Amino acid sequence: MKQKRSVVEIISTMRFLHILLAILIGFLIGAGFLAIMGISVGDAYGKLLDSVTTVKGLSYVVVYATPYILTGLSVAFSFKTGVFNIGAEGQFVVGSMAAAVTGILLGNLPKPLLIPLCFLAAMLAGAVWGIIVGFLKTKWGINEVLAMIMFNWIAFYLSNYIAGLPGIKNTGTAEATQTISENARTLLSKSTIADLGLAPTANWGILMALGAMLLVWFIIDKTTLGYELKAVGSNKFAAEYGGIGVNKSILTALAISGALAGLGGALQVMGMGGRISIFSSQEGFGFGGIVVALIGCSNPFGALAAGLFYGALTYGGSKLNLVGAPTQLISVIIGTVVFFIAISVVLERLGGGLRARKNVINREDAEKAPAGGPQKESSKEGDAQ
Amino acid sequence: MGKEHVDLTKPVIEMRNIVKKFGHFTANDGINLTVHKGEIHAILGENGAGKSTLMNQLYGLIKPTSGDILVHGQKIEMNNPRDAIKAGIGMVHQHFMLVQPFTVTENIVLGTEPVKGVALDMAAARQNVLDISKQYGLSIDPDARIEDISVGMQQRVEILKALYRGADILILDEPTSSLTPQEILELIQIMHKLTADGKSIILITHKLKEIKESADFCTIIRLGKYIDTVDVEQVTESDLANLMVGRNVTFKVDKPEMEPGEVVLEVKDLHAKDYRGVEILKGLNLKVRRGEIVGIAGIDGNGQTELVEIITGLKKGTAGEVLVGGVSVYNKPPRFGFEHGVSSIPADRQKHGLVLAHSVEDNLILQNYKRDPYAKGGILQRKPIFAHAEEAVKKFDIRPGGSEKRAAGTLSGGNQQKVIIAREVYNDKDLLIAVNPTRGLDVGAIEYVHAYLVEQRNKGKAILLVSFELDEIMSLSDVIEVIFDGQLVSRVPGKEADEKQLGLMMAGGDKA
Repeated sequence: MKQKRSVVEIISTMRFLHILLAILIGFLIGAGFLAIMGISVGDAYGKLLDSVTTVKGLSYVVVYATPYILTGLSVAFSFKTGVFNIGAEGQFVVGSMAAAVTGILLGNLPKPLLIPLCFLAAMLAGAVWGIIVGFLKTKWGINEVLAMIMFNWIAFYLSNYIAGLPGIKNTGTAEATQTISENARTLLSKSTIADLGLAPTANWGILMALGAMLLVWFIIDKTTLGYELKAVGSNKFAAEYGGIGVNKSILTALAISGALAGLGGALQVMGMGGRISIFSSQEGFGFGGIVVALIGCSNPFGALAAGLFYGALTYGGSKLNLVGAPTQLISVIIGTVVFFIAISVVLERLGGGLRARKNVINREDAEKAPAGGPQKESSKEGDAQ
Repeated sequence: MGKEHVDLTKPVIEMRNIVKKFGHFTANDGINLTVHKGEIHAILGENGAGKSTLMNQLYGLIKPTSGDILVHGQKIEMNNPRDAIKAGIGMVHQHFMLVQPFTVTENIVLGTEPVKGVALDMAAARQNVLDISKQYGLSIDPDARIEDISVGMQQRVEILKALYRGADILILDEPTSSLTPQEILELIQIMHKLTADGKSIILITHKLKEIKESADFCTIIRLGKYIDTVDVEQVTESDLANLMVGRNVTFKVDKPEMEPGEVVLEVKDLHAKDYRGVEILKGLNLKVRRGEIVGIAGIDGNGQTELVEIITGLKKGTAGEVLVGGVSVYNKPPRFGFEHGVSSIPADRQKHGLVLAHSVEDNLILQNYKRDPYAKGGILQRKPIFAHAEEAVKKFDIRPGGSEKRAAGTLSGGNQQKVIIAREVYNDKDLLIAVNPTRGLDVGAIEYVHAYLVEQRNKGKAILLVSFELDEIMSLSDVIEVIFDGQLVSRVPGKEADEKQLGLMMAGGDKA
């Protein structure tokens, strides 16, 4: 028992160390680029650190991080259940548009009614976006990754189309929707923001993110639903043999994953954005979610930490040009981190052959090693001869 | 069987006092092995006894902690398999290392391809392969693709690969585990041909019958310790089994006479197509009653897999009826069948039987995770789940002890099978279907599985046993049904079964 626990510990710390190491390498390589460009590394990283360590800076980090935590949870949930939700981008987009449309058209409803309604609309939209792809997969075996990438674009153009519709479109010159009703905003009160010196877009969306995180953890670890989804994710044949409806599980996983990303979209527009622009390219909240899930080891708590990290880099990065450093530095750092996390997975796989062989040997041996009760009984038998 | 090929004056392999430690654990504790020219030397031991560890040292995969390895009388340090190959040692692994889309020739010459200038000389390669296959009488089609040939043929390719690299000492790791009875006979002939040619063979196995049929000497290892080396002619199968397990093993399953009760499973005129759309079940009829074990004997591919898949709901039939306890489970999902009395030990324990990434405790509730006490209101109840696992691990001697929270994939094959058996026994259904329930298991584990099947029968369960091991079918079944070409062609009472006659019927030769 003691041995078992320590192995688990070692593996989980190793994973954690891998990620810390990848982050460190990311910053080192970023420093290398800065050095090549002749920009002081101290100035740039100093600015990065300064900008996120003030109260105002921290509040910005949280605001920036909130949607990424949600898309990160969405992708992490999909990883755990054996589907790869690369479609979080599209689900996020339809979610934020559903929330915006609700927030504009039903703007007269009172706050306690309108806000849940917006959330619901967004989650529903995201879930439907996920289910459609799941349906294509389970019904006709269409690869979900390809379908999702296409659905990301459908969501993108759909969102731009809706944003331009009369009644939704901004009446001024802005190429965007109207600003959603005050009753649909999740902003903290102006006095709180002023008193605490927070970012003007500070909102309580992070509480929703925390709630979603706990919910995801609870579903995956504690419920029969999580049991089913994980079983289908890791071995659909055994799950089917065990009487679990494989297709139903895939649809459920994609629906939940989509709802999480959709909720992320709602939090973005109801908190920070207030309205949705007609975009010329995808915003990347969903793709950011893949990064967050990756850095967070597909674990809900990891997704929270990684989301905050991602938010800090994004916000801090926007201040880099104040010291003459390019904002793109952040992409370099994040790209490197992802690269090295991915590499550590590849290295594990490469080393896997050797390790697998050793494992087989050790496994055979372990069985004969005096480790537990029943074994002793049988070895007594064995010595009887 | 004579030993005319064995030249006892010429030891080709000597392993002296080999000790291999992994941390605190000693996997090999002073093992001695001497193999002579022209000899087939079996290494016998239970799963985990240290056979593979020993052979991995001989093949340079791992290094001994202490002890010497001599090849042709010369002390040799094996740092990697290349050193072993250079010393003339070839190994055929249990799981073949072949490139599926490549041809036989391409696989055999892989890594040592003959070249003409910078180009591969495939014509020469093909000729080399033909030469060597003729030399040893191992006929193969040099142009066939690996994916198109049978497992037995693939093994032949592996052996030729080793011979092509100049091996005169062959290590065969569990070579018969995936072969049909006919292929096993052929392999034994091949082994005798090779030793007649002066090659030596080390045979790792836990199948006693094959040792008796093929080996000259046998070294027994138990719990990492050297037990004995015996002249196979001088011992019986049960002597070998006792040496291996360290206690008396009974081969004869103790089975009280029982009058079978009412019909539990009834299959009527079942038709089905296989994955290619070819009709594989052609109107099959079958009844299994309470308190009887019905064994289905047959050569793989005659429809037994599809029969089981349809009963368990994993596959749909094209026509017919399947009744369990009077309720039709035909073309219903697996859970429906389960709820109406079907449980099964699937053929592929890693694909269908277990979620390897999940813990043992979670695998033990694969069909029952939604039920009280394991779940309440959709929430898993960890305490009862663990308590259940704890009991099962103890009762079914799942090793290592205390493995409730370990991933099922980290257990050995035998213990994975115990997890499945524990689960299905606890499921306590009227019908138990067991498909090749002892495949890849050692004697101790086989004895155990058989005892459980009989115990379930004695409790009044209806048991359908599908197995490619004729011995297993014959020793367990109350009734043997022979399946051939999608139909049951003969029905033989278990007591009257004769191996030769069954073999003939399985080949479609004789209808009783």
